[in-house]
Amino acid sequence: MLNIQEYVAPNSLEEAYQYLISQKGATLLGGCAYLNLGTRNIPLAIDLSRTGLSYIRENEDTIELGAMTTFGDVEHSAILARYFNNILALSVRDIVGIQLRNLVTVGGTVYSRYGFSDFITALHVLDTQVKLYKQGIFDLEYFLENGSKEPDILEKVIIKKDNRQAVFKAMRNSRGDYAILNLALARIGDKFRIVVGARPGRAALALNTMEYLNNEYAQKRELSPEILKNAGEIIAEELSFGSNGRGSSEYRKELAKVLLRKAIQEVI
Amino acid sequence: MVVNLKINGRHYTLDVPPDEILLTTLRNLGFNSVRQGCDTSTCGVCTVHVDGKAVLSCTVLTCRLDGHEVTTLEGVEEAAETIGRFLVEEGVEQCGYCSPGLIMSILYLEKCVPQPTDEQILHYLNGNLCRCSGYEGQLRAIKKYLEVKYGAGSKQAI
Amino acid sequence: MRVVNKPFNKIDGMSLVKGKPLYTDDLCPPSALVVKVLRSPHAFARIKRIDTSEAEKLPGVECIFTYQNIHRKPFTRAGQCHPELSPYDKFLLDEYVRHVGDDVAIVAAVDEKTALNALKLIKVEYEVLKPVLDFETAEENPVLVHPEDDIFAHLPVGFDPKHNVACRVNFALGEVEKVLEECEVVISRTYKTQPQAQAMMETQRAFSYLDPYGRLVVVASTQIPFHARRILANALDIPASQIRVIKPRIGGGFGAKQTVNAEFYPALVTLKTGKPAKIVYTRSEVFNATTTRHAMKFTVTIGAMRDGKIRAIDVKALSNTGAYGEHAETTLGAAGKKVLPLYNKVEAVRFSGTAVYTNMVPGGALRGFGVTQGTYALESAVNELAAELNMDPTLIRDINMIKKGETTPLINMTTKGAGPDPMYMDSCMLDYCVKRGKELIKWEEKYPKYQVSRTKVRGLGMAIAQQGSGLPNIDMAAATIKLNDDGFFNLLVGATDLGTGAETILAQIAAETLGVDLEQIVVYSSDTDATPFDTGAYASSTTYTTGNAVIEAAVKMKEEIIKTGALYFNTQPEKIIFDGKYIICSATDEKISLADFSKKITYNLLHTQLSTTGSFVPKKQAPPYMAGFAEVEVDLETGKVEVVEFVGIVDCGTPINPKLARIQAEGGIVTGIGLALYEEVRYASNGKLVTDNFMDYKIPTRRDIGKITVEFAPGYEDTGPYGAKSIGEVVVNTVAPAIMDAIYNACGVRIRELPATPEKIWRALNC
Repeated sequence: MLNIQEYVAPNSLEEAYQYLISQKGATLLGGCAYLNLGTRNIPLAIDLSRTGLSYIRENEDTIELGAMTTFGDVEHSAILARYFNNILALSVRDIVGIQLRNLVTVGGTVYSRYGFSDFITALHVLDTQVKLYKQGIFDLEYFLENGSKEPDILEKVIIKKDNRQAVFKAMRNSRGDYAILNLALARIGDKFRIVVGARPGRAALALNTMEYLNNEYAQKRELSPEILKNAGEIIAEELSFGSNGRGSSEYRKELAKVLLRKAIQEVI
Repeated sequence: MVVNLKINGRHYTLDVPPDEILLTTLRNLGFNSVRQGCDTSTCGVCTVHVDGKAVLSCTVLTCRLDGHEVTTLEGVEEAAETIGRFLVEEGVEQCGYCSPGLIMSILYLEKCVPQPTDEQILHYLNGNLCRCSGYEGQLRAIKKYLEVKYGAGSKQAI
Repeated sequence: MRVVNKPFNKIDGMSLVKGKPLYTDDLCPPSALVVKVLRSPHAFARIKRIDTSEAEKLPGVECIFTYQNIHRKPFTRAGQCHPELSPYDKFLLDEYVRHVGDDVAIVAAVDEKTALNALKLIKVEYEVLKPVLDFETAEENPVLVHPEDDIFAHLPVGFDPKHNVACRVNFALGEVEKVLEECEVVISRTYKTQPQAQAMMETQRAFSYLDPYGRLVVVASTQIPFHARRILANALDIPASQIRVIKPRIGGGFGAKQTVNAEFYPALVTLKTGKPAKIVYTRSEVFNATTTRHAMKFTVTIGAMRDGKIRAIDVKALSNTGAYGEHAETTLGAAGKKVLPLYNKVEAVRFSGTAVYTNMVPGGALRGFGVTQGTYALESAVNELAAELNMDPTLIRDINMIKKGETTPLINMTTKGAGPDPMYMDSCMLDYCVKRGKELIKWEEKYPKYQVSRTKVRGLGMAIAQQGSGLPNIDMAAATIKLNDDGFFNLLVGATDLGTGAETILAQIAAETLGVDLEQIVVYSSDTDATPFDTGAYASSTTYTTGNAVIEAAVKMKEEIIKTGALYFNTQPEKIIFDGKYIICSATDEKISLADFSKKITYNLLHTQLSTTGSFVPKKQAPPYMAGFAEVEVDLETGKVEVVEFVGIVDCGTPINPKLARIQAEGGIVTGIGLALYEEVRYASNGKLVTDNFMDYKIPTRRDIGKITVEFAPGYEDTGPYGAKSIGEVVVNTVAPAIMDAIYNACGVRIRELPATPEKIWRALNC
């Protein structure tokens, strides 16, 4: 059972930040999706829902998702639907049920750097940065690797608008389950960007596969079945695939090959 | 901690512990249509609306709802009666434990997509588990309900 | 028929969908103490020391029980008729804990938080023992799950705890070895089923209080109120007369609530403190501390001739009953007794089964009750035989399966009190079911498979199954009908409606027999103080067993009305006609409405209460049958299986309520799909159940099931109420074997261990 000693709902980020650094164990509340699991003792819970972080904004060059934006908002956003083949909405739409997606937040997910996340994988295939309130802006890739160096608040994610085509693929057995593996692929002109998540480790770029495909495509202007097969071998080798209850590492390797091929076929 | 919120149109001032979940608060107030099912934000039997959106009441802290509006099945009696009748006509209420949460999700579906395709119905209701009915009859009931309400045809995929 | 065989709505349906406060937790007084149970983190351990002093000091804690301050008396929690076939191997609390989740201490406090905080303050020192976690070697394992000497079995079930054996079931007909030797084809295959969870949406829960006479009242979400009363009396060591069990609406049961579990804890607290007390199980407690379907392993050997004639079947079964032997014998027995009669033309058949103890979550009842496991094994083996003979599986069924009017001595042999006369399966429509199912799934067109794309293939598969309709000479149900002063009737039954619509069906039967409208029947169920005895909602018994009891009560009521009508008109009963609305005197053509008659005999004349009770125990096996057909699509790259369609043709005799029967079938099929494809159970190496929540244990969602088509065979069972047989369980059994064969036909992979997860299929395709 959850144990919260004190609860505050600050009206500004600065106020929230002051609470955060005021004591050890101070915890930010995002969507609270997994908060109730297990027993947790939280001396001070800081609710971010009043700090104005629930928005999807379109700027000239970027789209910004406030940290308290829910997956439900992402799924229904007219703005997001216009970009990247609506990949962000498509990445979240199979997660459990809408009544959970209406609670799960962008910030809670990204800040927690969940390995099983479908959303992070999709986000990562775009040109995405995260804005931490005190420490400033970081590339998502850097943030996923390092997290926050000090207590800080994830304010928003910033996605650069470009005309990349993006595809999200996931393999799950039951439709209510977490993915055994997910993969996002983007095509930016003649270049490919590939991210694999739920390995079950955190989403990561398949750099060698990307390089291989980029070179092959630059030379041949097409990707033959043989090239796709080779790319599959590369992706299975270059990333680490682990085993857990949902799948073994061998199986995940195989899924990576299959999802990669299916994703490429959609953008070629 | 003191929270002011509206439940089913009525104003409440409540003093709740900071870690109390909405499910507990609602049941303590006698809104018995809201039920515990899984404890892991998965089953959907505790579904209510907060500010018009379907959410899991087991996953919302009550103190977070200061100034917000909560609707349970008790607050939409007429709709519960109407939709409920279609479920009963198909026999798919069965044990009935998950019916209130399902009806709250159907209302949310209707609000988001008034004339849904089968696929959209399933998509919006996927978070409502049921072990009794086998789901198939629930789909029949919901389609009949929507057809009677909105007229047959003119279904469009979105 | 006016009322039966009609699709009436469930009489409690509208209250249920409107979310009315009708379930156990809705009815509990707010002042009730909250009860929580400290549970073992170890699969097997001895409690060396347990210190509750700190917890007791916590303000708001009312009482704490450990094995040290509770009486020691073995009992079984299994809801069965007395004397139970389950061994008395459980104690309220014990020095030993035998599975992760086993009970260590019970705390009652003023609220949940205090109770949970008190649990944390209880200090337990365990001597951690090496657990028995492999049921296949449990019998030879020197570690004993039950080393204690004061446990016992009431009946000779082969109880042998010194070898970790809870029971054995053996029966045979003919000389199996000899016939096998003569067979042209013999196949032998091993199959395993996982310990599926019942996964009803309402977890186990109960509250208790003392009535004005100081008796213990337990309100519980249970399938077995009368067994619960007896079991509680035995375990708590108080007379049954001092206990009343009330069952309100239940949020699903599926067998989970055929075992008393949560009820003990608040009852103990109320008896000690005199105060109301309640317990509501968390989902994790349901998974770790109640029961599951018994995991079973079968080796099936079938001998046949090249022409497809099956001559001998030999089944070796091993069941994992976990830490306690609840329902061990009955599920294991059912896996043979209600499966093997499907093939009644064999010359020899043998079933040898053992249920073993392990330090795992106990096995128990789950819809299908062993028959599901046994059917998966036998039907898979028959499908494998068909493949071996290169024969259409529907043809091998046609040659070998039981048909209308046939029997086998096996039925007599495995039916309690059957006697020597053959029991003919006069209402068996299996033949029809297979033929109709073939049409609906388009078998001739699609079998065995067709390619839909480079990577996707669709395959077809089928299986047949039976179940029982109550347990002959064991299950007893009674019903009482009371005429009220406005001409309406109370129907009092001890039967428990789990949401299936049993009460509606029983009211339909009563109305039909009495000749009145459904609205004139007011059902009350179930309350051990007020309703007559019923063994409970299990063994697919309510429609058939309680239904027959209702008919008897209603027939008697009609006789009473006629007898009393004769007194009223001062004539002989032969001259009285009761048509449901009027009592008519044929001699004088006088008549009086039932409503006026009831008023008169209550207030003015005769001054009598008409009340009748009927009782019933099945005498004959009246199995429902089903043929199930699956079409699946297999992704050859990932191994992912989608059910395209499942067709179930069910022979449940003449359904009392075709609408509710259809939902039974659809729901059962989806539970079968879960068993076949999704519901994976995993244990950690230390014996902890890993899949103990709905995030990890995946029951099918509404997007996981494909199209479900159900039809009923036009059957009629003479011994059933208005021709009905049971429906609740048979509908689960064909699903897994049909889907497994469909997968095989699609891609050549035979899954012999459930569930068929994508990775298993991928491995078989690639490794």
